[in-house]
Amino acid sequence: MTRLQEIRELTRVRVLLFFREPEAIFWVFVFPIVLAAVLGFAFRSGGIEPSTVAVVQGEGLARLTEAFEQDEYLEVEIFEVREEAFDKLRKAAVDLVIEPGDPPRVSFDPDRSEAATARLRVERALMPAADGATEPLVQLEPVTETGSRYIDFLFPGLLGMNLMGTGMWGVGFAIADVRRRKFLRRLMVTPMRRSSFFISFIMSRLVFLVLEIVVLAGFGRWILGVPFRGDVISFMIVCVLGGVTFAGLGILVASRVRTIEGVSGLMNLVMMPMWLASGVFFSYEKFPDVLHPVLRLLPLTALNDSLRAVMIDGDSILQHGSEFAVLACWCAVTFLVALKIFRWE
Amino acid sequence: MRGLVKRYGDLVAVDGIDFEVRPGACLGVLGPNGAGKTTTIEILEGLKPPDGGSVEVLGRSWNESPREIQERIGVQLQETEFQDKLTVFELLRMFRSFYLHGSDIESVVRTIGLQEKRNARVKTLSGGQKQRLSIGCALLNEPEILFLDEPTSGLDPQARRRLWEVVESFKSGGGTVVLTTHYMEEAERLADDLIILDHGRVIARGSPSAIVASLGAESVVRFALAGTDIHELAEDELNALQGVRSMRYEGATISLSVVDTPGVIAGLFDLIERRGLVLEDLHTHRATLEDVFVSLTGKQLRDD
Ligand SMILES: Nc1ncnc2c1ncn2[C@@H]1O[C@H](COP(=O)(O)OP(=O)(O)OP(=O)(O)O)[C@@H](O)[C@H]1O
Ligand SMILES: [Mg+2]
Repeated sequence: MTRLQEIRELTRVRVLLFFREPEAIFWVFVFPIVLAAVLGFAFRSGGIEPSTVAVVQGEGLARLTEAFEQDEYLEVEIFEVREEAFDKLRKAAVDLVIEPGDPPRVSFDPDRSEAATARLRVERALMPAADGATEPLVQLEPVTETGSRYIDFLFPGLLGMNLMGTGMWGVGFAIADVRRRKFLRRLMVTPMRRSSFFISFIMSRLVFLVLEIVVLAGFGRWILGVPFRGDVISFMIVCVLGGVTFAGLGILVASRVRTIEGVSGLMNLVMMPMWLASGVFFSYEKFPDVLHPVLRLLPLTALNDSLRAVMIDGDSILQHGSEFAVLACWCAVTFLVALKIFRWE
Repeated sequence: MRGLVKRYGDLVAVDGIDFEVRPGACLGVLGPNGAGKTTTIEILEGLKPPDGGSVEVLGRSWNESPREIQERIGVQLQETEFQDKLTVFELLRMFRSFYLHGSDIESVVRTIGLQEKRNARVKTLSGGQKQRLSIGCALLNEPEILFLDEPTSGLDPQARRRLWEVVESFKSGGGTVVLTTHYMEEAERLADDLIILDHGRVIARGSPSAIVASLGAESVVRFALAGTDIHELAEDELNALQGVRSMRYEGATISLSVVDTPGVIAGLFDLIERRGLVLEDLHTHRATLEDVFVSLTGKQLRDD
């Protein structure tokens, strides 16, 4: 048969095997969606948080609560016993405690930013009563920009992380598995071209990549409302290059190791630093400045930066030549090294 | 192959083996565990490079035209595990795609008798069916030589016989077979020529009947003594009996290689009576490859 048929059949087998592995489906498709949903929910910047203030019973209580009612961001809890109010304050269940008097006494924890906000709100609520002014001091113009929420930052990072994880696990495990079964040796006594074996891994990765991207990007776009500002071509180029690069890293990691355990260990060793330092969950700019150039050389950093630039900033990949070059270099080098050191026996 | 040598560190797994396989014949390679059978056959298959000696397969050498040889041979390895989650047909289709020429997948499915399991996953196959599938993968390119490494180890007698039928049908189509085994029966049934290996050396070669004849005995007489140490009977005493070619102590029994079985048994009864001993558990059988093997190496072919 022809070279092409050989690659097609090897790829078909890889794809079939993947779809017959329920755990793989979970990790590739379900897990990232759940993670994005959970993190997106946990860190949502859900508008302005109201402040909760504890008011202790006493002379002039009515005047205070009346003033606070004017501000929709002030929630009032009334306590008959002073100690109970302070107990809540210690547990940060209320942002401050106010005791009626002239002037009313406000207690708060100066280290909590919520407490500072609550203090300003309380002061402002009491101000008109003090000097009788009713006109607002400034005119408010709310600006709501999508693309600046945490989820908008997070989502491209999760996509990048997923491309890394599925590429490396998918390919690395599959190779470790054929090796463990001594199936690789069986292939070695056929005239199968070694390059076809590798190409089939890349091809099957591309099949999953398309599915993965469609499912995840669809979820991000339509459910989480993450913007996709850049052009589709740039987006696909970045995804494909990233996917292939990490498939190459997967081959490299599995190229000499004989056991599944060995492969998982090595895999974690390679991926762990990138989970932390490549700007998945938080920007790598939080690391010291001197490290930035090094961090930008990591493949996942380059992938995440390109994804963010294309999705959120609406850039074209052409504007991000350096990230592209970093990925392309990783891709070329990992494949060359993997082919060189791959242990067939 | 000539003067083949393979070392693993200090261990010499194959120590100067040479043999030739006649086209259309079946060569059986017989030997106990660790004799070097797998090592030898894997060198022939091009999986391992030899440390010394030369190998030619179908008139070619592995260094010069590996792909051409691979196109024309079929291989079943001792320990391959197929992917459980593929079906019989999917697996065969993949192997078929590696070869330029070969047979139709359905006809291979028929040859190995797995029509009913065509769409079953590998996981659901029995041991014998898996082994036949493994041979099926080796038959897809209509090979000129089929290499089988212990194809029936661990199978029950019925599964073993079905597999032999597959091999016989390949042979009857003019194919050449190289087969390793620990089973005498298998070697006697399938092999036209045999070599017996031990410690990486050839210790006997020839057709099965010629090898048995080389023992110079027709039968083996085995017996034990009731309530006495068998060493009560000295080697000389037994060797002196008319018709005994050789004798060995085997655990609690004594084994005699003999010609003229009735004469030896009569002599043996006589001797035992004279010594006032009691015979127990006497039996005799026609000499087999197993006996040749035991007399050559002092070991059983199989541990079981
Ligand atoms: N990869 C290896 N590394 C080191 N020693 C090996 C290796 N493969 C085989 N050996 C040793 O070489 C010797 C011959 O092994 P081989 O597998 O050829 O035996 P065999 O006749 O096929 O045995 P079996 O009947 O158990 O399959 C054994 O002593 C074995 O321990
Ligand atoms: Mg063996």
